[in-house]
Amino acid sequence: MKAMTLRRVLWTCALLTAVLLGVVLLALRLGAVPFSLGDLGQNLWWLVSGHSEKVSTDFRLIMVDIRLPRILLGIVVGAALSVAGAGFQALLRNPLADPYVLGVSSGAALGAILALLILPALPLMTPVAAFLGAAATITGVYFLGRRQGQLDSGTLLLAGIVSASFLSAMIMFLMTTLASRDLRGIAFWLMGDLSTSLPRGLLWILIVGFFVAAGAILTTASDLNVLLAGEREAMHLGVDVTRVKLVVYVSASVLTGLAVSVSGAIGYVGLLVPHVMRMLFGSDYRLLIPASALGGAIAIVLADTLARTVVAPTELPVGAMTAIAGAPVFIYLLRRRLA
Amino acid sequence: MSETQSVTQARPASGATQETPHVRINVEQASYAYSARKQAAPLFTLEATTFQACEREFVAILGPNASGKSTLLRMIAGSIAPLSGRVELDGFKTSQLEARTRAQRIALVQQESPLVFPIRAGDYVLQGRHPHGRSLWFERDEDFSIAEGALAQVGAEHLRDRWMHEISGGEKQRVVLARALAQQPLVLLLDEPTLHLDIGAQVELLCRLRRLADEHRYTVIEVTHDLGLAAEFADQIVLLHRGKCLRVGPPAAVYQRELLEQVFEVPLEIAAGPTGRPRVIVRGRREEN
Repeated sequence: MKAMTLRRVLWTCALLTAVLLGVVLLALRLGAVPFSLGDLGQNLWWLVSGHSEKVSTDFRLIMVDIRLPRILLGIVVGAALSVAGAGFQALLRNPLADPYVLGVSSGAALGAILALLILPALPLMTPVAAFLGAAATITGVYFLGRRQGQLDSGTLLLAGIVSASFLSAMIMFLMTTLASRDLRGIAFWLMGDLSTSLPRGLLWILIVGFFVAAGAILTTASDLNVLLAGEREAMHLGVDVTRVKLVVYVSASVLTGLAVSVSGAIGYVGLLVPHVMRMLFGSDYRLLIPASALGGAIAIVLADTLARTVVAPTELPVGAMTAIAGAPVFIYLLRRRLA
Repeated sequence: MSETQSVTQARPASGATQETPHVRINVEQASYAYSARKQAAPLFTLEATTFQACEREFVAILGPNASGKSTLLRMIAGSIAPLSGRVELDGFKTSQLEARTRAQRIALVQQESPLVFPIRAGDYVLQGRHPHGRSLWFERDEDFSIAEGALAQVGAEHLRDRWMHEISGGEKQRVVLARALAQQPLVLLLDEPTLHLDIGAQVELLCRLRRLADEHRYTVIEVTHDLGLAAEFADQIVLLHRGKCLRVGPPAAVYQRELLEQVFEVPLEIAAGPTGRPRVIVRGRREEN
């Protein structure tokens, strides 16, 4: 029995934060216009120490207006998707659950597109509609995945994958027939992309929403540990199963909706990151949730940096990078489960 | 050895006075019915059942498959409320107790649920501390020592750092029992605890349960269809057949040949063992002719 203590959680988070900072520096440096580490440090120092007049225009344009917001967006999106993935895995008692695989991301994307088409004047409706799309999809998949009143792992995954493909087709249909200039491309919604710049206000909503929803899941962490050992057992160990499941269901849908409404359906992060964190730090949700948040941020910033640089000056969508890394892990986990 | 530092040491010293034993579980005319839909005729009913279980008592709910044993156990555990009648723990209806309170008083050892993620036996036992406030962040030292004590009490200290999916069925059953003990309950409920164990492990488990009842004042209620072992270990038998409670009483009173032959649909003989407990001998069907 290795004691789970606040100390252990904080140390792990500190370690992951350090890694994240390293990755962020790397992401700032690399790109179509590379900056040397010295330049980067010098300019950043000027920025934070109030000598912003010394900062070069190039730096301001590329760093402050393009790369930094994009990295910040990646951090929040990655953290949100990973925590949502860890949440869905506990909710459905299935280690293969992930917002993208289950079609929840596609549902959120469809919701966001509908909001943009019907209420283009209300940009803040987009995340709300994406949340509703996510919540509706996970409800549907949950009931389709049941057999004789029991959640069946294989049926659930099939239901999710089929829903994802159906919803993607709906997105294609809508985008093709009702294409309007206000909408981003099909690739954005289906694969995910971090290249669009957001209004400041939306970024703040995203950050606040993330902390509220991820915090809500964190408060159930200990209950989730027990829940993973069996739902009926959890009930007899004093867990209010209905309440815990409701909290996780709503919060994970909120997180997915937030992430998808600003970055499209980036796949496999919610599967890959919690799995790697479990391998590194164990499956105790009290540590897994903060670790997944930071790990998700690291993964997305890294994937996006690769997406920007491997075929520079063109860019890949970040979702292509995460799928290349994530799909094999999904297959591996699936095979190991069946073995 | 470590039996003395058991988790139940804090209980009041046992047997100081010879009063009438304290009734823990009171099942009074409790009935239940399952149906597919609200309006439809019930698919299965458990007719009014009455019995009492005192502290230090070992009760076996006995019957063949589909006799209503698990339904009765679930009513006692409070996960379902009786349609009529009452199921009480120390005067409180078990189905109306708050989940946490209930888990502090009643521990239920169920048939295995598959684990989603690997967990070590020690952490599994620590989950028994959940109803005692563990959910508020992190375990206290006390929780660890109680979990250690529970493991020691079932003779499974050596399994502490092993993975649950790597240990044998008998070892797993001991760890599951340790988790129940870590809840520090008054009542231990077990749903067919010996089902997947070999005979050695079955007897060892039942001896352990017997000792927990005798020495630590637990009320132990198990569901089983094993006639022989129930007669050997239980103080009281609740005999169920197709949703009817046919008989309640000590093994010697319940074990009557015609009754058991009718319930279990197998020819058998009953002899008195040296301890006064009945012994059941099952005859093959061929001998009927």
